[in-house]
Amino acid sequence: MNNRRSFFQLLSEKPWEQSQITEDNNHNGKTLNLTKANLGVRSIITVNCIFFSLFIVAYADRMFIHDWQTIPKPLLLWLNTFVLFLSSIFFHKAKVYSDLQEFQKVKISLSVIGFLSALFIVGQLIVWKKLMNLGYFFNSNIANSYFYLFTTLHVMHLLGGLFFWKNITFKIFYKNYTMLNIQSSIKLCAMYWHFLFLVWLVLFGLMLNS
Amino acid sequence: MSEDYNKFKLEAKSSEMLNDENTSSIKIQDTESEVPEQDLYHPKSFITKWIFCQDAKVIGIQYSITAIAIGLVALVLSWLMRLQLGFPETFSYLTPAGYYQFVTMHGMIMVVYLLTALFLGGFGNFLIPLMVGARDMVFPYVNMISYWMYFIAVIVLVSSFFVPGGPTGAGWTLYPPQAITSGTPGSNGGIALMLISLSLFVIGFTMGGLNYIVTILQGRTRGMTLMRMPLTIWGIFTATVLAMLAFPALIVACIMMTLDSLLGTSFFMPSMVQMGEHLKYGGGSPILFQHLFWFFGHPEVYIVALPAFGIVSDLISVHARKNIFGYRMMVWAIVIIGALSFFVWAHHMYVSGMNPWFGFFFATTTLIIAVPTAIKVYNWVLTLWRGNIRLNIPMLFSLAFIITFVNGGITGLFLGNVIVDVPLSDTYFVVAHFHMVMGIAPILVIFGGIYHWYPLITGRFLHEGMGKFHFWVSFLGSYAIYFPMHYLGFIGVPRRYYEMYNSPYIPTSAQGLNAFITVAALIVGFAQLVFLYNIISSIRLGKIAEKNPWQACSLEWQTEYVPPRHGNFGKKLPIVYRWAYDFSVPGAKQDYIPQNVPPSEVPEARTEKT
Repeated sequence: MNNRRSFFQLLSEKPWEQSQITEDNNHNGKTLNLTKANLGVRSIITVNCIFFSLFIVAYADRMFIHDWQTIPKPLLLWLNTFVLFLSSIFFHKAKVYSDLQEFQKVKISLSVIGFLSALFIVGQLIVWKKLMNLGYFFNSNIANSYFYLFTTLHVMHLLGGLFFWKNITFKIFYKNYTMLNIQSSIKLCAMYWHFLFLVWLVLFGLMLNS
Repeated sequence: MSEDYNKFKLEAKSSEMLNDENTSSIKIQDTESEVPEQDLYHPKSFITKWIFCQDAKVIGIQYSITAIAIGLVALVLSWLMRLQLGFPETFSYLTPAGYYQFVTMHGMIMVVYLLTALFLGGFGNFLIPLMVGARDMVFPYVNMISYWMYFIAVIVLVSSFFVPGGPTGAGWTLYPPQAITSGTPGSNGGIALMLISLSLFVIGFTMGGLNYIVTILQGRTRGMTLMRMPLTIWGIFTATVLAMLAFPALIVACIMMTLDSLLGTSFFMPSMVQMGEHLKYGGGSPILFQHLFWFFGHPEVYIVALPAFGIVSDLISVHARKNIFGYRMMVWAIVIIGALSFFVWAHHMYVSGMNPWFGFFFATTTLIIAVPTAIKVYNWVLTLWRGNIRLNIPMLFSLAFIITFVNGGITGLFLGNVIVDVPLSDTYFVVAHFHMVMGIAPILVIFGGIYHWYPLITGRFLHEGMGKFHFWVSFLGSYAIYFPMHYLGFIGVPRRYYEMYNSPYIPTSAQGLNAFITVAALIVGFAQLVFLYNIISSIRLGKIAEKNPWQACSLEWQTEYVPPRHGNFGKKLPIVYRWAYDFSVPGAKQDYIPQNVPPSEVPEARTEKT
């Protein structure tokens, strides 16, 4: 199957050879064995990876300078991490249920995910409030700046995810949906959710260890 | 996907399940079998047809018009700067602060808002679906949002002209700390608007880039393998991948600097004393910004250059009636240049006080990147060799591109060496180099591309006489502008200076040259107005073009209607049987065989090794 070649194999094809011509004429025009939406989400995740890695590089460059003062990490942050982890788990369950076509259970899982995500965002806001009450403001030390920046960016990405979560939930509750569409949407959204959980783990781990 | 298609698949699925008792779950297949028909949104009103349009062709034209409009602003800014440099006594309307602001806006607009947007947003949107045989981009709605994000970014950028303090005057590189400290023009509102505008541009571009990548990889028509795609598509594809990987560095830098400027954080700001007073900043690293900026900035050069390489390859091949020499080598060169472009960024920072070994490494990679680039130049020349060259306007522009690119590229070899770069850094030699290699050369390709594809867009040719005038004035004129600048650089005239004051080391001849350059710049600018008039007037008055007027092989000329309508092709998508360069095939009756002509229709044509 011509869709399974590596990029280097594709580049070294010899399109003038008769065997290759025959094969090429039957090529279905797709390079990868993915749906378009799937490849789209993967591209977004790749771009996001680079986005966050560059922040991490900047952070690592900055944390060794003498004026760095670590910001305290309230216990609530661990709790929030757990809530985000749970929402990721539920998204996995939603995906499994949608593959099994048990859409009643999918609906429950999606609702729980919405609740958990809202809980996470509120939790993060409470952490902010706590820290500000303790006098750790956005610009009082660079470590604080990074903390507030990372949490904001992560929540913004989560809000982006929630936009698509909203679309799926709306479709499954109120609208006629085609099974294939909803299955693939749930699968892709779950993928993004796991990715965001990983991003948070990396950012949180980095901030704990500095 | 259409409803019918889904239903059909759904039924196929359930019957499968009946046959196989063991399958407890239905998993979606990761492939859409065949090439399913795309469900296109057909416009119903004027607004959905021309303003909030989801047709990639219209979006491409919207991108082009916006980019050219803002590019004209940058052109006028360059005139004003040139008048100041050439005739400082006669024209005294410009203050030093205004000069810096014009330099900054000119640079940023030309690189990001004109060239990037025009090549990827304009040419990309128009050509990708047509050339790969798709009905539209894969996510048309996202594509529309992408354009409007770009439009808002441009509006925000323009609005910075009207805030108190004016636009930023930090130079297009926006280096901190000076970009946001008082004393630099536009350090209050201007810089913030610039950073916000750039961030919007990046977000909008990412949406567009997503479309280009997924359409090229997954949305091609039957038979269109990667190694049968026109080089235009290869150039745009690789440039888009570069942009998706490089633009995050720009937005990261923009976000952090916006916070530095508005909220007083110290991501990039070191501790500073200003007018005897300690600023609240401290500990930040300005060098970090430079690394982030150039990690975006150098790939950006190739984001502009690679589509130009691709387009010019197609123009040369079509108008020399000869297949492109070394197609595979051309593709490899594009990919290798793209990959290497991420390992050369620090050659913009030789004078930032880096470790000499670091400079050594980057000088080496910079020189290595000249190898694939040289391969491309040789291949263009070899394509021309013994070709049936038609010296029409697209061909003239292509030839001018090759010469200009070689010119600018060779000065790049000098500047890539640390020891040559250090004395030449920040002189007019650098200005001449990058204007030749990434200003004039890609713009010549843009002109060539517009003359080439204008009949496809409007069904009419551009006026030949005005075209020839435009070509010769632009081509010779740009040499009149930039050749003397090399000499100015050699004698040490620094760039970005409002005037040269009474510097004893600068001979009076430099002033004469500056005046000469200014006159040339005004003339070249005037020629662009003729070109614009040509574009506008030819929509109604141009000579009517028959279908496929250049007798090209690629799919965009094989549409049912010219100009192509929404959905691009007729009832059936074309099926591709060959590459896009079957010109003058031995044995064939015509001197070109379009990509969608099956071998059975041209039995006498022989296949050639490419």
